[in-house]
Parts: sequence; structure tokens; C-alpha cells
Amino acid sequence: MLLRSASSFLHGRNAFYVSLLLLPPLLWLGTVYLGSLFVLLSQSFYAIDEFTARVVPELTLKTYRQLVSQPANVDIVVRTVLMAVAVTIACGIIAFPVANYMARYAGPKLKAFFYVGVMLPMWTSYLVKVYAWRLILAKQGIVAWGFESTGTSAFLDRALATPVVGGPSLASSYIGMFIVFVYMWLPFMILPLAASLERVPASLLQASADLGARPGQTFRNVVLPLALPGLAAGSVFTFSLTLGDYIIPSVVGAPGYFIGMMVYQQQGTAGNLPLAAAFSVVPIILIALYLTLARRLGAFDAL
Amino acid sequence: MRSSRHWGGASTGQKLAAAAGLAFLHLPVLVIVLYAFTTEDRTYQFPPPGLTLHWFEVAFARNDIWQAMRLSLVVASVATLVAILLGTLAAFAMARRPFRGKETITLLFVLPIALPGIITGLAMLAGIRAVGFEPGFWTIVAGHATFCLVIVYNNVVARLRRIPPSWVEASMDLGADGWQTFRHVLLPQIASALLAGGMLAFALSFDEIIVTLFTAGHQQTLPIWFYSELFRPRERPITNVVAVMVMFVTLVPILLAYYLTRPDEQSGNG
Repeated sequence: MLLRSASSFLHGRNAFYVSLLLLPPLLWLGTVYLGSLFVLLSQSFYAIDEFTARVVPELTLKTYRQLVSQPANVDIVVRTVLMAVAVTIACGIIAFPVANYMARYAGPKLKAFFYVGVMLPMWTSYLVKVYAWRLILAKQGIVAWGFESTGTSAFLDRALATPVVGGPSLASSYIGMFIVFVYMWLPFMILPLAASLERVPASLLQASADLGARPGQTFRNVVLPLALPGLAAGSVFTFSLTLGDYIIPSVVGAPGYFIGMMVYQQQGTAGNLPLAAAFSVVPIILIALYLTLARRLGAFDAL
Repeated sequence: MRSSRHWGGASTGQKLAAAAGLAFLHLPVLVIVLYAFTTEDRTYQFPPPGLTLHWFEVAFARNDIWQAMRLSLVVASVATLVAILLGTLAAFAMARRPFRGKETITLLFVLPIALPGIITGLAMLAGIRAVGFEPGFWTIVAGHATFCLVIVYNNVVARLRRIPPSWVEASMDLGADGWQTFRHVLLPQIASALLAGGMLAFALSFDEIIVTLFTAGHQQTLPIWFYSELFRPRERPITNVVAVMVMFVTLVPILLAYYLTRPDEQSGNG
């Protein structure tokens, strides 16, 4: 009874009703999430006592100076960004035919099959997938077996002998890590891309063909610009997820550090919380830059 | 004619590329299932020399696995409940007409999944330490509930936006009070979206590792157990079996969520 009169009372008063509904979730996110983020950010400006290795609440920019002036730290940021860019481009290239087929050619049944087929692996346990790739890329794993049984092991050996990106096996090389990253974030590219391609009217493609455009020209001048919002949305995922990941580089990969690993190690074994905090600010800045760039290019205009 | 419409238009190359992309997504899943039955217990040899059910028996007898599994299930249940409560409240507020500050609040509601998990994790740990809490069960739940509420919110707000405002008006004009309108008009409409959001939140929490490694303290969830096995590969066959178990536990709610929100069901409602 009380509930009834309360809800009737509230319905008429929009502002009051909205703020009452919003209070609990905002209180939660405000304290648990934003509060924590604030503590983290402030810690990146804290000093660390060089003798006791204790964090001293004394505002300083020393940690950031250390971050940008030490070549090893700069290397980590550059390595992570290069990987994120490479993974984003590869995801775009592999996702396009899948999304295009799903959105424009598949009938209703086949389309549903494709959607489930993309969503299931996307939601399958992250760790299990990483682990599976370790099995696949291992020295005696499936990929090596595939090359061997087709008599093409020389190709694999040559790829692994490439300086920098190669390594003793796929499971401990940047090539392997790249494959795993692309695999992990591919669904995050396919789904928004398919959604944006579905909104491309078939009549536009017909018109383009009628006016004499070859398929390649139609793709470049009609399909691609219209798919841009989807590509942009997908790339935000692939870029941001690669920047922050620390599990994949530590399970599958080469000796070089990535931003996420550095954050994890600095807060844990190394015990340098200010440096960990400063490193975690890097992906935030990079993602903000990326979003601004994407907006400048008009990627979100159609959304 | 029908089949030519479905397959026509796409060139063989396009079909092959699409099929290859889909196959690529499923390769690891098949591999994991296969390896759970291998008789080889030291290397990752492919193809497996033989198949056995023995490792399931060994894994089921392990207490540490069951304990980790139980903790993960309880954490996921509590986090999902909190997320459903907070996410639904937020969705009801945000689905209504615009108000001052709405853009900022929308941004706040996507931030926990837009920023990399490691930032959420480290921030939560810093916050926990700042207020002097001991990391443990409740801090895991708090971390999970934060990103799970975003999932529930997204699902419910999308459904609420598709309900014509005229329905609520009609209900009120016909003499229903606010509670009756909610109970008989809105709730049946959002029920499946709510359930789907809850399922996804549950699956996400059950499987979460990136934030949990920071907030768990000495507690061991199933993903943490699994993660530590990756670096101490003494018992590969058992790890393989647990991988299949984890996959199964997350698969069921995800499939349910898909069937609850698939497009044709929604158009049937509209």
C-alpha cells in the first residue's frame, strides 16, 4: 500500500523520481568506482621514499618525469601502442568479410547462425581461450603439426627466425601474441561492423552499380564510408582492450614488457605504486586521444 | 530461388573469407574440448596419442577445484543481484526524457567497461587500501558488481527505450496507479531483457580475472586457480578438464541470454 501510493506520488514528479532512482547507482559508482579512480590518480602524483620504498603523500611530478625520460619505459609504451595499432588493423581486415557476409548476403537463418557463431566464442571464458592458444601455438602444438604434416615447416621456421617479432616458438614470440590478440578482440570488431553494414541500403549499391561503378569502386566510395562508424566503434574496443591487457603478454609472448604487465608488476612485486598508477594513466590518455581523433575524422557522425 | 538469393551476390571468395573467419573463432574452443580427453600428460602434443575420461575423474575428486568453483558461483550470484538492482534503477531513470547532466551520467555508466580492466582493478585496490579494508570476498563482489551493473543497465535501457510512452499513459489513463503500471505494463516487457542482462552479468563475473587478481586478497576464485596453474603447469590434464568445466558454466547463461533477446522475439512484442 505504501509502495503504491509512493510510486503514484513519484510518477507525477519527474525530476524527483529520476533523482530518487539514480541515487543508489550513482552513489555506488561515485564511491566504489570514481572514488577508487581518484585515489589511483592522486597516487600517481605521490612521491616514493628511496630508502624505505614507502609511498609518501607528497605531491610531485617525479614519477611522470621518470616515465617519459627513461628509455625502457618509453619502449614499453611504444611497444604496446604498436601492438594495439597492428591488432586493430588486422581485426578490421579479418572482420570485414565476415561482417559484410552476415549483414548483406546471409538469409535470416544463416544470419542468426553467424551471430551465435560470433557471440559464443566472444563470451567464452577469456582465460580458457588464452590457455587454448598456448596449446595451439606450443612447440608441438597444432600449428606446428599443421606445418609439419604439409611439409611446410620451413615457412614457420623462417617466420620465427625473423628478428624482433620471432622467437623460439610461436607461443613465445610477438607473432604468437599478435595472433592471440587478434583472435580475442575479433568479435568486438565484427559485431559493430555488421550492425553498421546492415544499415547500408541495398538501393545505394544498386545505384552505384547502375551508374557504372565496378565492385571495387562501390566498396571504396559507398560501402566503406558508410561502414566507418562501425569500424570506428570496433577499433575503440580492439585498441583499448589491447592497451590494457596484461594476461596475454604474460601467458603467450616474448620477453618485452607491455603497459599492463608493467602496471601489474610495479604494484605487486616491485611495490612502486606511484609508477604503477602513472603507467595506468597512459592508456587513459591514449584512449582519450584516439576517441578525439576518431571524432575529428567524423567517425561518430553517423552514430 | 530462395537459396540463390541467400548465397547469390556473394562471390566464392567472400563466402570462403566469411567461413574462415567464423572457423578461426571456434578453433580454440574445439582444441580445449579435445585436450581434456588426451592421454598425454606432459606436453601439448598434437594430435593426442589417445583419448581417456580419466582426467575428469581426477579433477572431480579435487577439493581445491570445488572450493574455487563454489566461491566463483557465490561471488557471481551476489554480484549479479547487486548489478540487477542498481542497473535496473539506473535504466529506469535514464530511459526517461532528457535532464540536465544526463550526458555526463551516461558516460559514467559506460566508463567501467570502456576503460581497460587493469585500471579498474588497480583503482579498486588503491581505493580498498585507502579506506583500510582487507581485500576478500566483499571486495571481489564490489569490483564485479561495478562492471556487471553496466551490462544490466545496457540491456534494460535498450528495451525500455523501445516501449512506447503511450503505453504508460494509457495504463495511467485507465486508472492504474504507478505500481500497477510498473507491475503489469513495464515489468512483463523488460522481464526477458532483465533476465538476459543478469545472465550475461553472471557469466562475466564467473569468468573475470583481470580485476579479480587485484581485489581478491587471499581468496581463490576459479579463474584465479586457473591463472596460477598456467604458470605452474604441473597438472596439465586437470587444467584442461577445468577449462572445459569453466566453458560449460559460462556457456549455459550466455545461450539463454541470447534466446531471451534475439531480434525476432523482440519484433514479436512490438
